[in-house]
Amino acid sequence: MREGEGDPGLYDYVPYRARPRITWPGGKQIAVWVSPNLEFYELDPPANPHRKSWPKPHPDVVGYSHRDYANRVGHWRMAEVMEKHGFKGSVSLSVALCQHVPEVVAHANELGWEFFSHGIYNTRYSYGMDEAQERAIIEDSIRTVRDATGQTIKGWLAPALTHTPRTLDLIAEYGMSYTCDLYHDDQPMPVATKSGRLISMPYSLEVNDHYGFFIYNMSPREYAQTLIRQYERLAEEGEASGTVMCIPLHSYLIGQPHRIGPFEEVLRHIAADGRAWITRSGDIADHYLTHHADLAGGKA
Amino acid sequence: MTLDPGYLEYPMRRHGMDHDLYSWSNLFERAPISWPNGSKVLTWIVIDLEWFPIVPNDKPFRAPGHMQTAYPDYRHYTSRDYGSRVGVYRLLDALEKAGARASIAANAAIAARYPALIADIVAAGHEIIAHSTDMNGTIATGVDEDDERRIIADTLSELEKATGTRPTGWLSIARSQSFNTPALLAEAGLSYMCDWVNDDLPYRMRTPEGPILNLPLNHELSDRQILNVQQQSMASYCQQMQDAFAWLAGEAETFGGRMLSLNVTPYITGLPYRMAEFDRLLQWLAAQPGHGFATGGEIAAAAGPQID
Repeated sequence: MREGEGDPGLYDYVPYRARPRITWPGGKQIAVWVSPNLEFYELDPPANPHRKSWPKPHPDVVGYSHRDYANRVGHWRMAEVMEKHGFKGSVSLSVALCQHVPEVVAHANELGWEFFSHGIYNTRYSYGMDEAQERAIIEDSIRTVRDATGQTIKGWLAPALTHTPRTLDLIAEYGMSYTCDLYHDDQPMPVATKSGRLISMPYSLEVNDHYGFFIYNMSPREYAQTLIRQYERLAEEGEASGTVMCIPLHSYLIGQPHRIGPFEEVLRHIAADGRAWITRSGDIADHYLTHHADLAGGKA
Repeated sequence: MTLDPGYLEYPMRRHGMDHDLYSWSNLFERAPISWPNGSKVLTWIVIDLEWFPIVPNDKPFRAPGHMQTAYPDYRHYTSRDYGSRVGVYRLLDALEKAGARASIAANAAIAARYPALIADIVAAGHEIIAHSTDMNGTIATGVDEDDERRIIADTLSELEKATGTRPTGWLSIARSQSFNTPALLAEAGLSYMCDWVNDDLPYRMRTPEGPILNLPLNHELSDRQILNVQQQSMASYCQQMQDAFAWLAGEAETFGGRMLSLNVTPYITGLPYRMAEFDRLLQWLAAQPGHGFATGGEIAAAAGPQID
């Protein structure tokens, strides 16, 4: 990025009108990917001077145990519903989950889910890291996911969405092809980096379940309606040029008993619609970079 | 910029949890739980009975629902007292109509101040859970261990004096604990606590003072969360409870007994305009096949011998 400037210089302005046509496999109009955050939060993490881990003194029992619900209950419930309707996850992974609860990681891997890194823990933030420290968490992520799943991560969602000015350059340098940290578009876009070739993968942060339930205070049924409306609009627009919709999830939220039923109706709706390429983030990136290299730009 | 090297060290990065209180466990791989009378889903209603002194205490934190204006905050003092005078009686009537017995999580101050209310609760067969001394009795790291021990002991002895029965369950204010709390609760002889919201069924914790059950009292399903924090309607609240029940009942067919926890607040749900819908919700639950109501004590007694 252009550090210190008003415009960080991450991408060019591209109006939504009259764009070149993006095509998805099978003539589909919208690429839909579901992104479960499989996370581990620490009970008593060290302090980062730029952001508190927990709002309350440690142990923040509700904060911690709410999130721990994911690995005991929510993940299994959410994964079963996704599998039933043919949705593979693209996992935003706290890579230390590979050590703490390898059962969850192995389960997701066996289901054919893709993994990208969401940092070591969701209680360790990138703010304030120097380059060597940031390289260390990237190398740790690559190594840990490879050892646990055999997969090579292709993407990055910064831990708790905490960045440094060099994050995007570094992940591109390490060979990753997409970032989920930029929210400027509903289509993949090239990102300017010092080396490599990086695209922004639309992550639909505004329909993240955390946003739905805690920023916009939606009921479970309102959130389900929101996702369906988001889908319908993007599917319609995708007739002109293929769009992307992500459904970013936390199983400690969507996997609660009052939410999972309404959410299942969303997956049923999308699976039955016929316009969706139901896929994974890495597959979207691969397709885009293979078939739309002219749009992807970059310095490869 | 650079961070302290310790920020990239992970001493607890290991198989299992990053503490020793309990082990990781997958709800769907455990031996199925059987409930008494063949129930598939037990609804556990917990009604918080709270007295907020008009002089709030901010150490270690001010309790949710506490005073908000400059002193004297008549508005919130009396609105909270409304729950203990009026709202709770509406809830007790609703429980009676539905044939439900519940857990009443009471501050010790309620027993000392409103013995008639406690007598009515005990006469109806409800369970009393210890819910600290009063709403200034908050607990978090920073509270001296002996002070915390005294809060627990005073609460239990006051409630025992008022009811003739020593509570076996504990609910912390705002479910907030210190690192000492589980051990202090076990040391005090409590058989279960309700603070950790990481499961849909009871599980056992280890402490230096012996084991204690945790009965997860889902804060996301509480009236405080849905009606006050998220500002959804009573109709939506009831729909969400019904959706939750339906899902849990479906799982119970395959995975064994399930539990639906309803944490209810007299000054929130016990308002006149919310009661008709709450009445209907309890009637609806009571009419579902395989449904039963149970107290925390009954759930702990049933589940305890069936889990590791």
